[in-house]
Amino acid sequence: MKARVLVTLKSGVLDPQGKAIHHALEGLGFPGINDVRAGKLIELDLADGVEDSAIEEMCRKLLANTVIENFKIERLG
Amino acid sequence: MRSAVLVFPGSNCDRDLAVALERVTGQAPEMVWHRETALPDGIDLIGVPGGFSYGDYLRSGAMAARSPIMTAVVEAASRGTPVLGICNGFQVLTEAGLLPGALMRNANLTFVCKDADLTVVNNQTLFTSGYEAGEAITIPVAHHDGNYQADAETLARLEGEGRVAFRYACTVNGSANDIAGIVNAGGNVLGMMPHPERAAEAAHGNEDGRRLFESLLGALQSA
Repeated sequence: MKARVLVTLKSGVLDPQGKAIHHALEGLGFPGINDVRAGKLIELDLADGVEDSAIEEMCRKLLANTVIENFKIERLG
Repeated sequence: MRSAVLVFPGSNCDRDLAVALERVTGQAPEMVWHRETALPDGIDLIGVPGGFSYGDYLRSGAMAARSPIMTAVVEAASRGTPVLGICNGFQVLTEAGLLPGALMRNANLTFVCKDADLTVVNNQTLFTSGYEAGEAITIPVAHHDGNYQADAETLARLEGEGRVAFRYACTVNGSANDIAGIVNAGGNVLGMMPHPERAAEAAHGNEDGRRLFESLLGALQSA
């Protein structure tokens, strides 16, 4: 069973990487981009029976820094 | 004065910190491997060194902050043992919750490696008593993630309580309020991005960092 953890910066937290990507996309001539935020994708391959609560604890303890980041867990079946 | 320097895989400034501490205190620090679960007895100072623990994977300092020895460090800090975190050590201390805020990617996205001009904002700490308040000093920086950020309330508290120890004289990495180093509420934990151990003896061409170690020695000897 796989799960994906998406880690993104909280809104309002300065995102220099997102800004740089935004700037580069504009440089390539793509119009209409209001903002870009960069995040992290962490894929977990888990044994059957690992509870959502355990994944959430992994996120809080290590995978995300909840001072500056949000996380979202997606089960991939 | 007995000091301990933590040793994490990937750190490259642990020895530099040990050398600086030995030169100033006359006693070689205990090098403590990250998998240890206890600090040696009678430690007066814990040094968390600079240099890319765990390759900075995931986030700078994140994995080191969760290593076994850090439980003992957090306990010692709560009992008042002085803890000095330099560069990656600063990142480790924020990740461990010993200092507020977070160190983010430098605002200009480049690795910054140069002498940084600093202002000593608060000289009333264990770590800074050897400087004059407002004194201009120069200490080298070398980091990619030195952009200190915290929410507005935290920043106001740090400034209001005199917990900003050092400030960059000019913008170096985009840090909020140009913060280069802060102390915890108890005043016994300092995190700073510049490297005082790289400006600690004449051969370095600059001894401004040495006074930080001398301040600590003086404070601990008179304690």
